[in-house]
Amino acid sequence: MHPAIQAILTIVIGVGGCIGYFWASNLFLDKVLFPARGPEAGRNIGRANMIRPWLFLAPAMIALGLYLAYPVFATLKLSLFSKGGDTFVGFGNYAAMMGEAKFWESMRSNALWLVVVPAAATAFGLLAAQLTDRIWWGNIAKSLIFMPMAISFVGASVIWKLIYDARAADQAQIGLLNTIWMKFEGGIGSVLILQILPAIMLGVFAALMVWLLWSLIAPMARGMREGIWTRLGRILGAAITLGLALVTAGWAIGAMTADLPYGTPQTWLTIPFWNNFFLMAVLIWIQTGFAMVILSAALRGVPEDTIEAAILDGANAFQIFFKIKVPQIMGTIVVVWTTITIVVLKVFDIVRAMTNGQWGSQVLANYMYDKLFTAQDWGVGSAAAMVIMLLVTPILVWNVYSARKEMR
Amino acid sequence: MANLKLVGVEKAYGEVKVLKDIDLDIKSGELIVFVGPSGCGKSTLLRMIAGLERITGGDFTIDDVRMNEVPPSERGIAMVFQSYALYPHMTVRDNMAFALKLAKTPQSEIDAAIDKAARVLQLTPYLDRLPKALSGGQRQRVAIGRAIVRNPKVYLFDEPLSNLDAALRVATRIEIAQLKEAMPDSTMIYVTHDQVEAMTLASRIVVLAGGGIAQVGTPLELYERPENEFVAQFIGSPSMNLLSGEIVETGARTRIRLEGGGEAWSTIATEARDKGLKVNLGVRPEDLVPASEGTGLYTGEVEITEALGEVTLLYFKKDGDRQVVAKLPGIHRELRHASVTLTADPAKIHLFSNGRSLLYRDG
Repeated sequence: MHPAIQAILTIVIGVGGCIGYFWASNLFLDKVLFPARGPEAGRNIGRANMIRPWLFLAPAMIALGLYLAYPVFATLKLSLFSKGGDTFVGFGNYAAMMGEAKFWESMRSNALWLVVVPAAATAFGLLAAQLTDRIWWGNIAKSLIFMPMAISFVGASVIWKLIYDARAADQAQIGLLNTIWMKFEGGIGSVLILQILPAIMLGVFAALMVWLLWSLIAPMARGMREGIWTRLGRILGAAITLGLALVTAGWAIGAMTADLPYGTPQTWLTIPFWNNFFLMAVLIWIQTGFAMVILSAALRGVPEDTIEAAILDGANAFQIFFKIKVPQIMGTIVVVWTTITIVVLKVFDIVRAMTNGQWGSQVLANYMYDKLFTAQDWGVGSAAAMVIMLLVTPILVWNVYSARKEMR
Repeated sequence: MANLKLVGVEKAYGEVKVLKDIDLDIKSGELIVFVGPSGCGKSTLLRMIAGLERITGGDFTIDDVRMNEVPPSERGIAMVFQSYALYPHMTVRDNMAFALKLAKTPQSEIDAAIDKAARVLQLTPYLDRLPKALSGGQRQRVAIGRAIVRNPKVYLFDEPLSNLDAALRVATRIEIAQLKEAMPDSTMIYVTHDQVEAMTLASRIVVLAGGGIAQVGTPLELYERPENEFVAQFIGSPSMNLLSGEIVETGARTRIRLEGGGEAWSTIATEARDKGLKVNLGVRPEDLVPASEGTGLYTGEVEITEALGEVTLLYFKKDGDRQVVAKLPGIHRELRHASVTLTADPAKIHLFSNGRSLLYRDG
């Protein structure tokens, strides 16, 4: 049979089966089990309505239980057993994993992804949402920015692999990045664009972080009374911004002093540490569209008169954006941020397709895959899966909590 | 302390002019109320004064300084929105402080201004709450407080009471009146569609209709001497009765014969050439009194009576699309389905020709 016909048949049987299930089960409930006639008609209707929600929930609950809940426990069990799954080793697999350099490399990469991708995608999404808000071609721009969402991670990886492609120096470069790179010959223009400009941008970012740091601790310095959690949040935020400020300042100096290898095509994906960022670009490119669509809807939901009141109060465009609009959509920003964070923690396809975790770009999900299916080590592979789950769960809980709060 | 002047102000959206030829002089310390039916452009005019809508023609000045192109925050105005427009993520204190902080006012001055406004508006216990933890009336007071702390030259109110329930509306209306009393120098412009608010608050009312000003005057002027049929019918509830007829006797007093066969005298003076002029006679429901048959200006059958306690409204059987309504003191349920003849004091009779009052004829 032709695969297309098989697919259509599957759809017909699947959808038909669902309709058939709901129709038949409700018919059974109303006509046979608790019929709405006879001396107990009223009571039967009540009882049938008590059961009905469970009829609708049952398929989903069974499927989720079978394919989600059971595997969690099975994985937990596997992670406590040896490679073949026959002898109990306790936390031996976890201990072995902790001793592996590749695992810590994955943890470091994941941490990097976790900081950069959600922040960048949310920031770009917010920027795109705001900039496309009131212009006639805004919707066209939004469609274009949203389009990568329709591309699979593997497909996107292939596209970006071509962008990062490198040929020998005497051949024509087909990779976009190398084509641009080869235009720089080391003159004043190159220094300006590749060293001074990035240094300034990083410096501005670092300054921004310092400013943010100050605005976080200034109220504490003034001795403002506040709850313990707010204070903890402030300290945590201050620590993060301080770290980011120091790192970016360091990078800014690095960019200024770097000795760039002009004239040699670069195999971008093999440059340790920095290749992580070239991989992240793919996910940011995809997730920006998602962030933009959600945040655009949220921005439209900001009451127009609060903006007008701010105009009358003398706020300029930046103040309106950062002090009136952004705080009002903070709940949505959190939901978008955490949603992307969960995607990031699970990132697998991009790394698999582009570097397969080589050159210092390993991530947890690909590490797990390597252990499970390449090395056939069910114990350590499952332990890696449990680690991913443990990392995702708190963010997921917070995500669901914020999303529910937003809906109220 | 501000005199506002609008000269030939207009608002056009493309080809469509929603407001045109608006000439208005507002003196310092006045409380001006814009009233009119929905869609008459009263809110648009207020927003043009605020600077939220562009003025597409004419001149708008505050204290002789042209304001057309001045940004809203530099016009010395503060506005209270219909929906309050409080910043939901800021406490009451921060809501009130926002404008002052943007203007880089010293913190001590900000605190002083907020404390003072909070005392006046009885908001002191609520300063650290978020707007969502306040009742509708309290939110309204915060919105007013946000305007007060800026110490503006002109206060703008855009239907500030329409989101409150009836009892709170009366209470807040009185509060606004007291607020005005406490700040005799401030100029206020107040938009409403509620004529009770207009009549009770205004030092002068601007009635807007069809994109222009129908009449400007004190509440009593509008009630007693409406310039045209629109204002006559818009002010007062139920609205003024209009009966068509023609002038049959002129002089210091005018006699009008009405189409229904009735006759009436008016104290409005007319000239000999007015004899035979087709007019609409206007008389307010509360000015109609019962008369013996054959001597009144209107006779008809009462269709419905509404006894409100201190007065009874009589709705007469419709003649075409015109229905006469009378408001009699006391309770008169027995008049239902009865034939009643009505007359009125000649001094209370209004005469309109082509929609304009004969009182305001030139020459």
